[in-house]
Amino acid sequence: MDTSTRLSLYRTMVRIRAFEEAIRREYYVGKQPVFDIGAGPVPGEMHLAAGQEPVAAGLCAHLRSDDALTGPHRPHHIALAHGVDMKRMTAEIFGRESGLCHGKGGHMHLFAPEVHFGCSGIIAEGMPTACGQALAFKKRGTDQVAAAVVGEGAVNQGGFHESLNLAALWKLPVIFVVEDNDWGISVPRSASTSNFSATDRGRAYGIPGERVEDNSVEGVYEACGRAVQRARRSEGPSLIEVHTLRLWGHFEGDAQGYRESELEDVPGRDPIPTYRRTLIEEGLLDEEEAQRIRAEAEEEVEAAIRFAKESPEPAPDEALEHVFA
Amino acid sequence: MTTAERTRERRLTTARAMVEGIAQEMRRNEEVFVMGEDVGAYGGIFGTTTGLLDEFGPERVMDTPISETGFIGAGVGAAIEGMRPIVELMFVDFFGVCMDQIYNHMAKIHYESGGNVKVPMVLMTSVGGGYSDGAQHSQCLWATFAHLPGMKIVVPSNPRDAKGLMISAIRDDNPVVYMTHKGIMGLAWMAKNARSVGPVPEEEYEVPIGKASVAREGTDATVVTLSLSVHHALDVAERLSGEGIELEVLDLRSLVPLDREAILESVGKTGRVLVVDEDYRSFGLSGEIAATIAEEDPTLLKAPLSRVAVPDVPIPYARPLERAVLPTPERIEEAARGLVGA
Repeated sequence: MDTSTRLSLYRTMVRIRAFEEAIRREYYVGKQPVFDIGAGPVPGEMHLAAGQEPVAAGLCAHLRSDDALTGPHRPHHIALAHGVDMKRMTAEIFGRESGLCHGKGGHMHLFAPEVHFGCSGIIAEGMPTACGQALAFKKRGTDQVAAAVVGEGAVNQGGFHESLNLAALWKLPVIFVVEDNDWGISVPRSASTSNFSATDRGRAYGIPGERVEDNSVEGVYEACGRAVQRARRSEGPSLIEVHTLRLWGHFEGDAQGYRESELEDVPGRDPIPTYRRTLIEEGLLDEEEAQRIRAEAEEEVEAAIRFAKESPEPAPDEALEHVFA
Repeated sequence: MTTAERTRERRLTTARAMVEGIAQEMRRNEEVFVMGEDVGAYGGIFGTTTGLLDEFGPERVMDTPISETGFIGAGVGAAIEGMRPIVELMFVDFFGVCMDQIYNHMAKIHYESGGNVKVPMVLMTSVGGGYSDGAQHSQCLWATFAHLPGMKIVVPSNPRDAKGLMISAIRDDNPVVYMTHKGIMGLAWMAKNARSVGPVPEEEYEVPIGKASVAREGTDATVVTLSLSVHHALDVAERLSGEGIELEVLDLRSLVPLDREAILESVGKTGRVLVVDEDYRSFGLSGEIAATIAEEDPTLLKAPLSRVAVPDVPIPYARPLERAVLPTPERIEEAARGLVGA
C-alpha cells in the first residue's frame, strides 16, 4: 500500500472522528443536567459511529461519486467518507432549511442523490435498495457499483437474506459490508446470532466474503478493494465483514450498563490512535503532522456546525410539502 | 361502420388492456421494466403481463424469487436511479412480508429527502374476493395503503380505464399502487363478468389519476364506489330504473388523490349517498367519504349516509359465509331501496 493511500485513510478517519465528537458536544446542549431526548438544538436519537471509522475509510476509498451507497441508522461515517457535503449534512442533523433534506430527514434519513447516497433507520432494509441500484447499473451497462453497509444485528433480518439471494441470483454489482461491533443495542452477538460468521451466511448463497479482524483500516481497504473490483468487472456480489468497535453507546444517552465489564478495554482498542502509532513508527507521519491533520478536520467541522446554526429552521407550513413529486 | 369506429369498438379484457398499456410504455421508454413472481413465461397469475416476455425478453420482464422484501426493495432502488419499474405483488394480502419496503421506503423517501429523490415506480397488485380463496387471499386493503402518505392509489373498474390509468401510473414521478380486483380482469378461469370486457382505444392515452368518473347518471341517490362494486352497482341501478328509481354511480377510480369534488357534486345533486366498499367497514374509505361530506356541507344530505362494506371480520372461506360479508348486488339493492325510501 502506498504512503499517500495510507495517509489518506488516516485523514478520513480523523475527519469523521472530529465530526462525531463535535456532534456529540452539540447534541448534549440543552440536555443537561437532565437528559431530555427532545430538547436542545439537535433533538431525537443520535447514533454516532466513533470507533467504526475504518469501515467507512476503507470502503469508500474505492467508491466513486457515481457509485451508490446505502447506510443504516448509524450513517455519518460512511456518508462523510462517500463525499456527502458536510455542511448540508450537519444542517440536516440540526433540522435546518439548508440541510440535505430541508430538515425532513434527520440524522437517520440522509439523502444525497448527487453522490447516490441514502440511508434507512430500519435494520437491513437498505440492502434491497442497494440491490435495485445495482440492478439499474447492470441494466444500463455502466461500471457503477452499489454498496450497502449494515450492522451485524442485520444478519438475522429477512431483508438481509432476501438481498443476498437476489444479488447472487442476478449477479449484481453490489458489495455488502457488515459492521460487526459486537452489540445489537444492548444484546451481544453471542446471544442473538446462531452462526457467528456473516461471511458463512454469504457463502451459503454463493457470495464470496472476507472477515476483517482487529478493526484494521488497511484490512478493510484491501478486502473492499477486491470486492469493488469484482463488482466493477461484473463478477457479482461480495460480502465483507469487519470486526469493528462501537466506542460509545448505541445512542447518546445510553448508560451501557449491559457493557460495564468490557468498557475499560474499549478506549485501548480505538483504531485512530492505533493507526497513528503505526504510521509514526514507520516514519510516515510525525506528531506535528498528526496535529495538523486533526486541526484541519476540526476547522472544517466547526465551519459546518456554524453553517448549520446560522441556517434558518424550515417554515412550519413546509411540513405539507414534498409528499408527492 | 367506418374503420375508425370499428377501432374504437375494439373490445379487450381488463387484463389485456393493462398489458397493452404496459407494452406501449415499454416500447416508448427503455427505462420501463417489469418484475415480480410468475410475470415471465406464466404471464402473471392474473394475466397482467401475458405476452410481455415474448416481446421484451427476460431482461425487461423478470421473474423474481418469492421474496417480496427483496424485489420490491430492488424496485425502489432502481426507481431511485431513475428507472421506471413495474413491480407486481401477486396478492395485496402478501403485504405483511414486505410492508417495510412499501411504506417506510417506497412511500417515504421522496418526503424524507425533502423532494430531492423521486421514486417513480408502479406497484401493481390484485385485490378482492368472491371465489372462496379465504382470509389471506381475498382482501382489498386499499384503505390501508391510502391511509399511509406518499403513495398514489389507483383502482380501475373497466378495461378502458385500466389501460389509461396504467399509462398514467408509469409516467407518474411518484410511487403508484395499482390495484386490480380479480373479478374485473376477464380471466378465463373465473365466472364470466360481462363488464370485464369492453372497448379500448388502440393508441396510447392517459386516464388522469385522481379523477372519478360518473359511470351512470341518476337523480335519486349516489352510489359512491370503486372496482368490482361498480359493476354490481350498475346492475342494481339498471334493475331499479325499471321501478322509476334512478341511481347515480360514481366510480372513484383513484383513492389517492381522492376526487372529493366529484363526490360533493354528485351528492349535491341527489341528496342521498350510499358508499359501497369491498374493504373493511371501520376506519376506512366509507368513513372518509362520510367525513368529507360532514366537513364540507352536511346539509347536502336529505337522509343519513348509508354504507355497504365488509363487516369487521376477516374474509371467510365457505360460500354462504363469504357472500354474507361481501358487498353483493343483493346487499347493495337492499341498501339502495332503504336509502331512497328514507
